[in-house]
Amino acid sequence: MILRKITNAVMFMLTGLCALATISVLFFILGYLVYYGARSLNWAFLTQLPKPAGEAGGGMANAIAGTAKLLLLTALMGVPIGFVAGVYLSEYGRGAFAFAVRYAADLLNGVPSIVIGIFAYALAVVPLGHFSAFAGGVALSIMVIPITIRTTEQFLRAVPQSLREGALALGASKSRTIATVVIPAAMRGILTGTILAVARVAGETAPLLFTAFSNTYWSHGWLEPIASLPVMIFNYAISPYDDWHRQAWAAGLVLLALMLAANIAARMILSPKAGRA
Amino acid sequence: MATRAIATGEIRGADKARSFVRKLRSGDEAAHIATLTCAAAILLTTGLLVFELYKSSALTRHEFGWAFLWQRVWDPVSGDFGALPFLFGTVVTSLVSLAIAVPLGLGAAIFLAELAPPRISDALTFVIELLAAVPSVIYGLLGVFVLVPIMRDTVNPALEKALGFLPLFGGPSYGVGVLTASVVLAVMILPFIVSVSRESLLSVPRDQREAALALGATRWEATWKVVVPYAKLGIIGSVFLALARALGETMAVTMVIGNDPKIASSLLAPGYSIAAVIANEFTEATSDLHLSALIELGLVLFALTVVINGVARLMILGATRRGSAQ
Amino acid sequence: MRIPAVAVLGVSLLFASGAVAQGLINGAGATFPYPIYSKWFSEYHKLHSGVQFNYQAIGSGGGIRQLQTGTVDFGASDQPVQDDQLARFKMRPLHFPTVLGGVVPVYNVPAVPGELKFTPKAIAGIYLGTIRKWNDPEIARANPGVKLPASDIVPIHRSDGSGTTFIWTDFLSKTDPEWKSRVGSGTSVNWPAGLGAKGNEGVAGMVKQTPNSFGYVELIYAIQNNMPYGSVRNAAGVFVKASLASVTAAAAGVKMPADFRVSITNAPGKDAYPIASFTWLLIPSHFQDAARKRAITDFLDWMLGPGQGMAESLYYAPLPKQVVELERKAISTIQ
Repeated sequence: MILRKITNAVMFMLTGLCALATISVLFFILGYLVYYGARSLNWAFLTQLPKPAGEAGGGMANAIAGTAKLLLLTALMGVPIGFVAGVYLSEYGRGAFAFAVRYAADLLNGVPSIVIGIFAYALAVVPLGHFSAFAGGVALSIMVIPITIRTTEQFLRAVPQSLREGALALGASKSRTIATVVIPAAMRGILTGTILAVARVAGETAPLLFTAFSNTYWSHGWLEPIASLPVMIFNYAISPYDDWHRQAWAAGLVLLALMLAANIAARMILSPKAGRA
Repeated sequence: MATRAIATGEIRGADKARSFVRKLRSGDEAAHIATLTCAAAILLTTGLLVFELYKSSALTRHEFGWAFLWQRVWDPVSGDFGALPFLFGTVVTSLVSLAIAVPLGLGAAIFLAELAPPRISDALTFVIELLAAVPSVIYGLLGVFVLVPIMRDTVNPALEKALGFLPLFGGPSYGVGVLTASVVLAVMILPFIVSVSRESLLSVPRDQREAALALGATRWEATWKVVVPYAKLGIIGSVFLALARALGETMAVTMVIGNDPKIASSLLAPGYSIAAVIANEFTEATSDLHLSALIELGLVLFALTVVINGVARLMILGATRRGSAQ
Repeated sequence: MRIPAVAVLGVSLLFASGAVAQGLINGAGATFPYPIYSKWFSEYHKLHSGVQFNYQAIGSGGGIRQLQTGTVDFGASDQPVQDDQLARFKMRPLHFPTVLGGVVPVYNVPAVPGELKFTPKAIAGIYLGTIRKWNDPEIARANPGVKLPASDIVPIHRSDGSGTTFIWTDFLSKTDPEWKSRVGSGTSVNWPAGLGAKGNEGVAGMVKQTPNSFGYVELIYAIQNNMPYGSVRNAAGVFVKASLASVTAAAAGVKMPADFRVSITNAPGKDAYPIASFTWLLIPSHFQDAARKRAITDFLDWMLGPGQGMAESLYYAPLPKQVVELERKAISTIQ
């Protein structure tokens, strides 16, 4: 009996340690980034363009703007498609076709990001004849679509059937019901999911390597190569220049701050309706 | 649409036409078509992706056939390409990362689901899920500047000294290598395992726990012998989810694995993964055969993730059919 | 609903930034000359603010490949495009040598802070995996009086398609028969031993951080990072350290062919550095866009003039005079 009690205590202590270890990792990561990143984060970093190799100074203003631009493209191209497809799966989809679409979306979600990069290269770089922000947007959109579909479908399905039936009984058409009753009811969750999805692809590097490429200058329009934070971090981190390393940390901090802000915002939007298990 | 038809009574030719026009005007058909188109677009995109991968790897598929999968040499100069070193690296790093992350993650999940008070559990879970939001290139950054020196100066020599007689931990170690990559991957997949396992554990009905406790089990025994097995399928599903993520991870791995296409018996040796070699060599594969080989590697990776995802889905399907949690 | 408003805002923002800058010219290629190219493009932009050269260093292999598929406007490579690769170009690119550089052996042996001498056989052996320890006789023989540790050597090579690799392996193929038969030369080879890093920067970074490692980088990378680099025995049997003088000596007396494709590794002459090379800009022979053509020809002209003067401060040797003359004539062949 005593042995069982001891086992009880010990095992739970171990699990507590596991949880502690996991949390510590996050705080370690955050701490490192904040410490090293904050030291190099200055006004110059946020406003200047990169300097040539070996010269100290310069910044990543174009990469910050670049990431923002790519995310805008993703939000305008990928999110609507995912959203509408999610509506289809939740409200209209039955049978084999819907199953196929769900399976395809799952498949797409599981595709490694580097393979999506290859695909986007064939789709948007080769026909256009050059690297571009647009191609980068295409790659990121392909990544965001499956997540958006799943989120949209999930939250739309969670809307009680009684709401739909009530609207239909009052004489609204199906499309009107969906547009004015079902979607607004699920909006909070969908918005949360979308913010999280876009934030997730913001950190993707691999698909941008052969689509958006990179740019030492500002990128104008959507058809020029464009710098982005993740690609810059990668290039700077593996270089031997200490100054570039410092800038990589700063960029990492900026990127992480972006992620965290998006996550926290999303949770805050969702929490008033906290309906967790 | 059916409600209307029934409400208006019988459906005959003219009525049918009228109701169709009504539907059109009310935008129903348009909405249906619009959403259908988007859904079909997804199907098209995925199909196009598979087709593109298949078509662009034709050269090496015809050249090497199935032997591509078990050939060990990767030599762009002589035109000899084989996938084995990369398959090996991908699979080994993923499996080792699972070996590290699953016990840790399951332990944390059990703590959060069973022991921690709900509000603390929620808060801590939120924090852990933030780990999943950290971009992989940042893991790479930390891997290069923090983990590699630690592995090189502390962990690897210790492992070599203690377990060096095993071929698994033998040989020269550099800091970068398969083990380092596995550790980075483990940290990256940890949040998935914790989050999904915790959800599975929480959804086990209370009466299961209470029944076990009523029969005299300690809380741990109730957890380990009743709750966890009940949530087994959800937990395994989380493992597969994590595995799929680990297989495709590119940036963090290529920064710490050593980029050496060799198959070594030691975990401390450098290796190479499919995603890493594609990232390194794609923009510069000067021969068409080289490019085709890289794309075929992408196809192999894709097939691997499809299989893993398929198995995960089957398990979850089996769980729901059997009526157990999830 | 708020969503249409957001969409409109987003689209208008996109269009607002839609004005395409005149004169953005994209190029990609070698990391070997990246320091001097990035300086050149930066300086040239200060003089001609309407023209922007966006150069990404992805490796010589990448430069050749991307120019071949037409996704960049110009390429850069330390390896002259081979005949079989040329056949795959829709439009044959022209080679324009820009500077001379040297690839140096860098190492990180904590016990030995000074300079080491390497024979071709030693270098080949390290990468073949036949020479495993720092105190191997082949290395010790060339460095009498130096106390070499018994530690394992960690060879570092390029993981990407690299002209620097080509220069290095070209030298090894010329000097070591075993290397030539087992590995050969190229931008990407099947390395028998060693770890891979991306770009000259990656190799330098890794050697800097890994004790007992050995790698190869372009001279400027070793200097900018305060890394010790060794001397190599040349064809005349003299151990020469890479420098402006020794690299220039390697190019002295070379017979420059009309298409500018030539290798100067293992050059004769007792002052010649054996692992030196020209590096080239790959320019399409025909441009559809007249403005783009003018921007590039103007830049080439500037590069052969004031640009050459900037090379030395970054430890690249300027081109020999007769090469400059030949190139000026060649610029006019661009249509």
